[in-house]
Amino acid sequence: MKTNHKAEHFVAPVEETPLLATDAVKTDDAPLSLWADAWRKLRRRPLFIISAVMIALIIVVAVFPGLFTQVAPDNGCVLSNSNGAPTEGHPLGFTFQGCDIYSRIIHGTQASLMVGVFSVICVLIIGVTFGALAGFFGGWVDTFFARLGDIFFALPIVLGALVITQLPFMRENRGVGTVVLVLVVLGWPQMARITRGAVIEVRNADFVTAARSLGVSRVGSLVSHVLPNALAPIIVLATMELGVFIVAESTLSYLGIGMPGSVMSWGNDISAAQASIRTNPAVLLYPATALSITVLSFIMLGDALRDALDPKSRQR
Amino acid sequence: MTTSDVTIHEAGTPADRPLLEIRDLAISFKTGSGEVQAVRNAHLTIMPGETVAIVGESGSGKSTTALAAIGLLPGNGRVAGGQILLDGEDISNASEKRMIELRGNVIGMVPQDPMSNLNPVWKIGDQVRETLKANGRPSGPDDVAKVLAQAGLPDAARRAKQYPHEFSGGMRQRALIAIGLSCQPRLLIADEPTSALDVTVQRQILDHLDKMTTELGTSVLLITHDLGLAAERADKVVVMYRGNVVEAGPSLELLQNPQHPYTQRLVASAPSLASRRIQVAKQLGVSTEDLLASAEAVAGEPSMTEDVLQIQNLSKVFKLRSGFGKSTDFTAVDDVSFNVKRGTTTAIVGESGSGKSTVAQMVLNLLEPTSGKIIFDGVDTSALNSKEIFAFRRRVQPIFQDPYGSLDPMYNIYRTIEEPLRVHKIGDKASREKKVRELLDQVSLPQSTMQRYPNELSGGQRQRVAIARALALDPEVIICDEAVSALDVLVQAQVLNLLAELQSRLGLTYLFITHDLAVVRQIADHVCVMEKGKLVETGSTDDVFDAPRQDYTKALLHAIPGARLMLPPEVA
Repeated sequence: MKTNHKAEHFVAPVEETPLLATDAVKTDDAPLSLWADAWRKLRRRPLFIISAVMIALIIVVAVFPGLFTQVAPDNGCVLSNSNGAPTEGHPLGFTFQGCDIYSRIIHGTQASLMVGVFSVICVLIIGVTFGALAGFFGGWVDTFFARLGDIFFALPIVLGALVITQLPFMRENRGVGTVVLVLVVLGWPQMARITRGAVIEVRNADFVTAARSLGVSRVGSLVSHVLPNALAPIIVLATMELGVFIVAESTLSYLGIGMPGSVMSWGNDISAAQASIRTNPAVLLYPATALSITVLSFIMLGDALRDALDPKSRQR
Repeated sequence: MTTSDVTIHEAGTPADRPLLEIRDLAISFKTGSGEVQAVRNAHLTIMPGETVAIVGESGSGKSTTALAAIGLLPGNGRVAGGQILLDGEDISNASEKRMIELRGNVIGMVPQDPMSNLNPVWKIGDQVRETLKANGRPSGPDDVAKVLAQAGLPDAARRAKQYPHEFSGGMRQRALIAIGLSCQPRLLIADEPTSALDVTVQRQILDHLDKMTTELGTSVLLITHDLGLAAERADKVVVMYRGNVVEAGPSLELLQNPQHPYTQRLVASAPSLASRRIQVAKQLGVSTEDLLASAEAVAGEPSMTEDVLQIQNLSKVFKLRSGFGKSTDFTAVDDVSFNVKRGTTTAIVGESGSGKSTVAQMVLNLLEPTSGKIIFDGVDTSALNSKEIFAFRRRVQPIFQDPYGSLDPMYNIYRTIEEPLRVHKIGDKASREKKVRELLDQVSLPQSTMQRYPNELSGGQRQRVAIARALALDPEVIICDEAVSALDVLVQAQVLNLLAELQSRLGLTYLFITHDLAVVRQIADHVCVMEKGKLVETGSTDDVFDAPRQDYTKALLHAIPGARLMLPPEVA
């Protein structure tokens, strides 16, 4: 133990901590953009790999159903096969109407996925536009879009869908288009809210002010600086909503206000399986499983993206 | 190891035994890429009643060392070697139970940021009571009020019933000091206790902290980035650099005779010290011009006397919403007039809330003045149409305070610097790339930086990119809004030198908004002092510094840390 009170002047040998140039630029490792960085994080996450593989598979099934089954899904139905057990070439058995379950699931993918994708695209266009305008300009623009959004937000989706689908125009044109329309009308406020929040967070950043003082117009700075920086939560929500919309389509079809019976979709199959659920649960279980796996994949992808795009994990 | 009682501070200890002794301390952090050594071979000694300062730049390990002493390293950090002896007891690997006994009672702490270190949903008094209770001390309302009153809070009994949002920054810091000292610890760790506060408030707080700790005989471990402040307040200074203690010794001796090259560099460029040196030199008859030759050497501009900017009776009133449909007026800028001569640097100085940044925003034409005129090069800027404003933007460019916020994280450096050229449709792709390369050279960044993204650069490098972007359009006036405030001293000096060099080479005019008078002294030709929206004093830098007329200016000048130090007037 040291006992002398007088503090001596200590100097560390310079070799121990050689002086570096003040604020030298690191010239090693490759430059990384936000997306490159996110990708680097993502490709090592099992959650992302599994969900991405699943989604890729679902897309292939939707685009090329012929690759997976040669059996026609509806015109090959033979009533003698009603509720039949799996046989050679029909691995999942038959529905009440005697149709091949496996083939119907494969061919139903397209309608379900189309509803999801088109709904999300339309929700993105409307929600992001409204939300960005509301968040960026504030004031009465914000109030207007916020109240408008609240009105639609307050409608329960099933009740709202019931009302909208009973409009004469909608009744006459039932199909993918009408389902998408219903989902978009009732679904955009969520996207608008998220976008508004993200835009408000970014709009007062110094780099936006800097861009404005460089001569960039207000709308120009919104498009070139604010939106790209607000994109991360929007992408995450869009991915998750894709799953949610696929479920919603099934719900609507199940209630008989979604796809017309002529269109093959998982929701219609689940609806048709009601009658035989006690005698032949497989008729219900298989399309329901396909639906769950698809939705789960999208929600898992959303989760993985959220972690990877989290700005807090990016400071070095 | 933990057999001794909590009442360690009452046991008689020999006066020559250090209260805290850190020997060969090594601290490492577990990160995604393995174990990283944050601190190596750190050692320091604090005698009872002594104040010791650790000085270093961000990332030098100074806070980590202090946190280790109070056993509050983050979860992924650990003491990898060495000893921390508190009054002879090794606490480097003490049990959590023992550390809880020691915290508050024997070691107190005043954290850095007064804005985030008080719980916003608790009354101030409750937060003090919590500390008292946790350490088994009387915690009635009177005791709480007494503790707060000792920390210099007027009307303590009433203040104790208020919430943090009702306190100003300085008052919050006093409350934190009250909490840190409430149990009369023998050692107080103050981690940058005043870096978030205005200079005059900083001075008051530090004076009061000095007084209290002297009365109580408390030892203080002060962590700061400001060498001037450290030397003024501490008996001993420990300089840390890249996780190592590079130099330690009595503060004055260390300043006058720095041995390690890093300390030498630090002493040469700390603004508070540089400012002090100018003053000392003046008294000895050396002219400021010689000392600041690099900063003042403006190339032979023919129009040196022309006023490029004239601010006339400028006012800005904000409407604050207060309740339903009502609003109250808040005058942020009140009848401000001054002129800026071409090729010179004019500084607007003031504390937070003085309206200096609002002036900058109005000069940049980003905010409409309520009344008054801004005349740039003979033209009233408020009368410009949108096309003329676009042209005006080419000639007046800003550099902002926060180097982390002023660059778009989605743009790489090339796109960032190229943006103004693209917006103003200057040149083609090839010529723009050539210009970007030139600009990077001008701000002494390697051209390979072009492909990088802002998050890969340090604060100073980002600020240099921001300067390059501002220079891209060959502007005449650059508005620096606290452009160096967020940087470490050495980096700050580097950026200031760069700005001075660019001024002499390109004949730029700077309007420099800052709260830091020490910086002003180094670079400005003229100073405007603002207080609560009003311009209280203007004049040449020398006049204002040598013969301040207003009390407010005097208070500001007096508050520069290190103002009382005696330093050799050598030229840095």
